[in-house]
Amino acid sequence: MAGVAEAAVVDRTTTLQTLLNTPAGKRMITCIQCGTCAGTCPYGDYMEFSPRLVINMLRRGFIDEVIKSDSLLRCVACYACTAKCPRNIRLTDVLLPLVKEQVLMNNTQMPAEFQKSLENMHRYGNPMGESPRKRTAWTATAGVKVPLIAEVKREVDVLWFVECYTSFYARGQDNSRATAKLFAALGVDFAILGNDEKCAGECGQMTWESGLFESLAEYNMKLFGKYKFRRIVTGDAHAFNAFRFRYPMYGLTQPVEHTTQFFARHLEQLKPKLKKPLNMVVTYHDPCCLGRAVGCYEDPRALLQAIPGVKLVEMVHNRVNAVCCGGGGGGMWLDTYYKQKGMDRLSERRVKEAIATGADVLAVACPYEVSRFEDALKVVPHDKPMVVRDVVELLAESIG
Amino acid sequence: MNILVILKMVPDTVEELNVSADGKSLDSEFLRFKLNDPDEHALEQGLILKEKSGGKVTVIALDAPEVDDVLYTALAKGADRAVKIPVSQAGLGTKATAKVLSDFFSSGAGAVTPDTLVLVGTYAIDDLEGELAPMLAVHLGLPYLGVVSSVAASDHGLIVQKEFAGGLRGEFEVELPAVLGIQSAEKPPRYVPVAKVRAVMKSAKIDEVEIPAPTDTVCLDVQRSYKPEAAGRAEIFEGSPEEVADKIVDALAKSGVI
Repeated sequence: MAGVAEAAVVDRTTTLQTLLNTPAGKRMITCIQCGTCAGTCPYGDYMEFSPRLVINMLRRGFIDEVIKSDSLLRCVACYACTAKCPRNIRLTDVLLPLVKEQVLMNNTQMPAEFQKSLENMHRYGNPMGESPRKRTAWTATAGVKVPLIAEVKREVDVLWFVECYTSFYARGQDNSRATAKLFAALGVDFAILGNDEKCAGECGQMTWESGLFESLAEYNMKLFGKYKFRRIVTGDAHAFNAFRFRYPMYGLTQPVEHTTQFFARHLEQLKPKLKKPLNMVVTYHDPCCLGRAVGCYEDPRALLQAIPGVKLVEMVHNRVNAVCCGGGGGGMWLDTYYKQKGMDRLSERRVKEAIATGADVLAVACPYEVSRFEDALKVVPHDKPMVVRDVVELLAESIG
Repeated sequence: MNILVILKMVPDTVEELNVSADGKSLDSEFLRFKLNDPDEHALEQGLILKEKSGGKVTVIALDAPEVDDVLYTALAKGADRAVKIPVSQAGLGTKATAKVLSDFFSSGAGAVTPDTLVLVGTYAIDDLEGELAPMLAVHLGLPYLGVVSSVAASDHGLIVQKEFAGGLRGEFEVELPAVLGIQSAEKPPRYVPVAKVRAVMKSAKIDEVEIPAPTDTVCLDVQRSYKPEAAGRAEIFEGSPEEVADKIVDALAKSGVI
């Protein structure tokens, strides 16, 4: 189906100039200008150049006009255009990043918050500008031993790539503590990279900064080369996206799984341990990088339904139609800019749908969503209390 | 305009700073260096001036860890020439630093021309008094103005805005050559894509200009360095959000705030 995209339709040397000669670029020539992409784009109404127009400007030789505009700052890399395209054109992860890259090369003034995050990723290996030496500080509160791969000194089954928000951000650490607890409960042979780990760089790639992505990918690949592991597992849907589609271009050969995919694969072992009933109504938000990007819709739902006392209800937009939280493509650091432009926040749009289900819990599977939806819940009026929990947090709570 | 921007590396406070065993200096084990913030503004102001009025921007730095990255980044942002003086910045006091920099100008590698403008960050976290720029101006025999927040070219030189206490601003006409201490550029420092920096690292070169190391490196003898001592006046409220809220209200009421 559209959206479940095969890797390597372009290589890392592809530029906007050479794109139309690649297999992915040749598909763009076949665009029928139906406008489904522009219509499905959550911020399409606010774009001077919608995805449909970007394709046509490229084909007709007017792409420079798009590059001069800040229109694509409004793209949150949600894969909606790609997933709905009847011609299977790779907009989100092929065309739009290549255009955005040129926007950044030609425009020195970027929204301050966004600029700071990119600079932080480059200097400190995390967007919040925290000390890299504190990356593993959360493990002291994990409750179980979290082995460092450098100390294990042998091949491990799972290299757990923890990532930034799940290492530094207080609510993100809940995700990491839950994952550690689940790994321990299942007896998984795992280890982490520790303070040497740096951001996978997906936001570099998806948001304009190919050089930033490249430097982070080269760094992490060099680090991976020092150790032996059979697979990468990460709870960060964005890192998952980078490892799945981009890192193979840098030589990554091990398979990558999102934590929800990994735990769903171990569901039969996990089920007997899910003893504590949670007695709650849960609605699940599909993260773009797990849902539309690779078509993984059912694993997280299967996990939720395995928890005793969980009743799963669906939002009006779900699976391929899910509304993005607005955090992708750099949107995580563009809220102020969007506000200035009079745009609504996608996280608020989404939370209204969650509230309408009457659920107690909005379950998520991407660390960006926790802060985005918790913030949205602070401003969107609702009578019945609602909390945001990652799927792994709910699983860990149920194993007690 | 011949614009020269002095860049200085300072300890990065994102990493926790510790006092070393001698009780006087910073522990260098985990110390990282970054470009001084006002210097970043000095560079931005230099680039803006070049874009508006023409000229060349040269960035100059003494040797320090990670300084090459900073110099290449400046080139990627639009500087025309990067100069590294292979004298280690570590342990040099402000007076000695000013001496090394002024020697650069008399070395033949960077003469003061009639259209020379030297831009320096007006202060640094290890030079809060902002002495580097005025000391350099004295060595060079040039006029100096500090805490500058706007620079524009005019018929006779420059129109410069300087900030004073209490929100006051003064506008000055400055003839070149001159030294300015920059507090902030008229726009926030620009972003430069990492790809551009990486390309510059492959294509550009940093000029190394040998300057003799100064003999008297410091004028001040540090007796003791120490972390601020906690006064213990903070109270952390524990409990549920509702309980904590009640305790905060009580505390505010007791102190007469509400």
